[in-house]
Amino acid sequence: MTKYIFKRVILAVITLLIIVFVLFVLVRVMPGNPFPSERMSAEQIANKRIELGLDKPVLVQFWDYLTKLLHGDFGKGTSLYNGAPIKTVLSTCVSNSFRIGGLAILIGTAVGLLLGITAALNRGRFLDGFCTVFSIIGVCVPSYVFLIFLQYYFSYRIPFFPYFFDPGRFLFSAVLPSVSLSLFSMSTVARFTRNEMVEVMDSDYVRLAESKGIYGPRLVRRHVLRNALIPIVTVIAPLIVDLLTGALVVEKIYGINGIGKLMVDAISGEGVDYNYVLALGILYSSLYIGIMLVVDVLYGILDPRIRVSAKGDA
Amino acid sequence: MEQVNIMPNAYVPTAGDFEFLSRQDINVDRNFASQGYWKGVAIHFFRNRRAVVGLVIVVLITVLAILGPILSAYGYKEIISVTNDAGKQITAGSISPQLPGLFGSENINPLFADKTFLFGTDTVGRDLWTRTWFGARVSLIIAFVTIIIDMIIGMSYGLISGYYGGMTDNTMQRFVEIANSVPRLVIVSVLAIFLPKGMGLVIVALLLTEWIGMSKIARAEMLKLKEQEYVLASRTLGAGNFRIIFGQILPNTIGPIITQVMFSIPTAIFTEAFLSFVGVGIVLPQCSIGSLIEDGFNNITTLPYQILPPIIVLALLMLGFNFIGDGLREALAPKLEDM
Amino acid sequence: MNEKTILEVKDLDISFRTNAGIIHAIRGVNIDLQKGETVAIVGESGSGKSVTMKAVAGLMDANATVNRGQVLYRCAEDGKEEVIDLLTLSKKELRRRINGRHISMVFQDPMTSLDPTMPVGKQIMEGMLLHGGMNAAQAKARALELMNLVGITDAEHRMKYYPHQFSGGMRQRVVIAIALSGDPDILICDEPTTALDVTIQAKILELIKDIQNRMGLSVIYITHDLGVVAKVADYVNVMYAGKIVEVGNVNEIFYDPKHPYTWGLLSAMPDLDTDDDRLYSIPGSPPNLLHEPVGDAFAARNAYAMRIDEKAEPPMFKISDTHYAATWLLHPDAPKVEMPPELKARLERARKEAEKYI
Repeated sequence: MTKYIFKRVILAVITLLIIVFVLFVLVRVMPGNPFPSERMSAEQIANKRIELGLDKPVLVQFWDYLTKLLHGDFGKGTSLYNGAPIKTVLSTCVSNSFRIGGLAILIGTAVGLLLGITAALNRGRFLDGFCTVFSIIGVCVPSYVFLIFLQYYFSYRIPFFPYFFDPGRFLFSAVLPSVSLSLFSMSTVARFTRNEMVEVMDSDYVRLAESKGIYGPRLVRRHVLRNALIPIVTVIAPLIVDLLTGALVVEKIYGINGIGKLMVDAISGEGVDYNYVLALGILYSSLYIGIMLVVDVLYGILDPRIRVSAKGDA
Repeated sequence: MEQVNIMPNAYVPTAGDFEFLSRQDINVDRNFASQGYWKGVAIHFFRNRRAVVGLVIVVLITVLAILGPILSAYGYKEIISVTNDAGKQITAGSISPQLPGLFGSENINPLFADKTFLFGTDTVGRDLWTRTWFGARVSLIIAFVTIIIDMIIGMSYGLISGYYGGMTDNTMQRFVEIANSVPRLVIVSVLAIFLPKGMGLVIVALLLTEWIGMSKIARAEMLKLKEQEYVLASRTLGAGNFRIIFGQILPNTIGPIITQVMFSIPTAIFTEAFLSFVGVGIVLPQCSIGSLIEDGFNNITTLPYQILPPIIVLALLMLGFNFIGDGLREALAPKLEDM
Repeated sequence: MNEKTILEVKDLDISFRTNAGIIHAIRGVNIDLQKGETVAIVGESGSGKSVTMKAVAGLMDANATVNRGQVLYRCAEDGKEEVIDLLTLSKKELRRRINGRHISMVFQDPMTSLDPTMPVGKQIMEGMLLHGGMNAAQAKARALELMNLVGITDAEHRMKYYPHQFSGGMRQRVVIAIALSGDPDILICDEPTTALDVTIQAKILELIKDIQNRMGLSVIYITHDLGVVAKVADYVNVMYAGKIVEVGNVNEIFYDPKHPYTWGLLSAMPDLDTDDDRLYSIPGSPPNLLHEPVGDAFAARNAYAMRIDEKAEPPMFKISDTHYAATWLLHPDAPKVEMPPELKARLERARKEAEKYI
């Protein structure tokens, strides 16, 4: 098991390093010229290049960037926030995004699991149909559309929730964005849980458990849930990633100072802010790889087929 | 011999009953009579109510997306003028939908009695009926084009990787793993550095991400199929690798691949909508589902109806393709319960 | 139902709701099981043998409906005997009173019939702790005993193993131990050896037979393998398209079969000494029970089909006290038909072979 975890961690680190390197080359080296040339003379540009270290070999530049990165130094923005250090800007944004995103994932998985389990236990009856319809709607409508509607009805027509995000009243103003962000994960988790449980309930081993007289909540808890929930861990990771994408628009709509909005600002303005793109690219990639790593390890811990190797018997 | 259980309406044999039937056809299996594989799949598919609903929705929207803008009296970027009471020409901006029955004829502003706008107009004065279907057309084209290219790339990649195995497979799979570890968002943002905003950016972004899923499926199918007798047979008969991969195995992977396509198209439409909403996708006066939603959102307080048509079309498209995908998956691997 | 009968399936009739329509899978089945005896149900896949036994064990799928019939079980509890119709019990009652403690089941595929997330020891003990009124120490002692009984060595250590750490044959032993854990009277074995290697098949059959003798179990085998039947069964029920078409003791079925379907099954058995150079198989395939068969369901595949077979379903004809068959060929007015000569020669050979060993 330790070997399994160790191997996963090493693989994740190598993957991340490769991605950071490719991003670095694409963003910092390839475009060549990250400053508006009309306003600077050739000499100024040359000086600036030396100042930024752009004249050194790529690998040296990368090494410099990496060592700074490990100290938390992402450099400065080229156009956003008047060149304030990215680290400072990021720390506020990350905290906002993580809190709202975390809330959304929490609501999404909790309610989704509940819905899915209820549907599976009432297979073919009203609740099952309701869950199906609900998850279809949740998967077919993007989260920002939900937010637009919620915002229109509950902040504009009935001004109950704030129209825009207000960091002073965090929980209160986090309701609408987290709920709309959670709907997609909720539907996906509900649908997946339901199908997984139905499959387990039809499995031979549940038949065998029934044939030895196990029934009711005990059967569900000991045999059905345990087996059905392990694979659900694997859908959570892609869901978090979808959530990140959804958060981009949700943050823009609701005026949340988060990494999603930062990303939108970095790419959709007049000029693209290279350093922000690079910093956010690294942040998103490490987040994604980190989540996948956690899921992998968690899956290994939960599933005895991976946790306990098969060397025991012949 | 004694007959035991007397059935309620026991049959009394009559003359001639005990003659043998002179038949030669007992070797013909009539249960499984010549029903081809794809015919079976089609029967399963069309028996599935949801799949049929999905198909109808998709076909209907596609037809409207093709014909809507053509049959409309207005162009998608035409700023329309109408005659007001005083007989003066003004731009027909911000008109509510004039769907007869739904919003009632009393809603129709008598000012604009000379022209009707089913979905209303936007703030600039463009007809939303035309723009909605034009946008749907753009979104559908983007989705189909990218997914078909992705299918070709992903399938070739997966089939080759699975067929050769060993080092080739290992290297190719490491690459997939790394490519799969880059969030789509990051790919889009890096692309924004190199490419101008617009349809091209959306298409390239989709091309770079969606092939991975296809390649995984193609590889899995290849691993399953390559050990089968018919492949071994044609190899012994001297068929080349290329011929085996694309001539023998590819046709047998079509089912799962098509299913994946049906699930990828909604992803593509979703991504397009999202990118256009964020502002790196379709640029005005062009429009797509995403840009129409964004436009609707910007005017939601003044013209709340404007956002509805693109959202409904988007949701219906998602629904339709998901239903078709589900139906196909079930039809390709039917369980007893769905039979 | 006489004193010695422990289980009687009476005129059982079951259909399934599916997307394609109603499948009438079981069309009036009668089966008797005497105490301590072994009954085999033989038939092609889809003949309804598994469904019948799932109905007996109360493990029917949710889309199944029982149209009519009874499953009478002579239940001996605390020294009292009573006959219960299992179909009238609720699912909860069934699980509490019957499953495990009176009727147990061994499934076809040991690779899928154990819970992958629970150590095997726990799976064996679970039923005992819930119904057997044992404490953990007693249950553990009993589980060890059972594991030894089914031939798992080093049981103390292996109790903590997960199913994936066992081979197929070992897993099937665990499944048998689980089935025995509630000390049942009836053991239903649904093709217990089909998924196993040939060498292990014989061992598992021996094991079940041995346990049956020791514990006085009544056993029902569901199988399509006549070789298994010959080895273990006292009585044989031949099932076709949701009906029993021939029933008799093992000698009657093997040496004096009357139904053309049974002839077909016997002819299809691989045999080393046969002079025939081709392997016989019954032509065609079982009927699709979405459509109610008219007349004899086997007629379309029967070389001896008569006009009456297309008009009416044959009743059961009595051949001896234990031997019955449902074919119009046994009707007094029917032409006399003998089984195919190749089969006859074969059965004669087998009989001589068997006599050598007695």
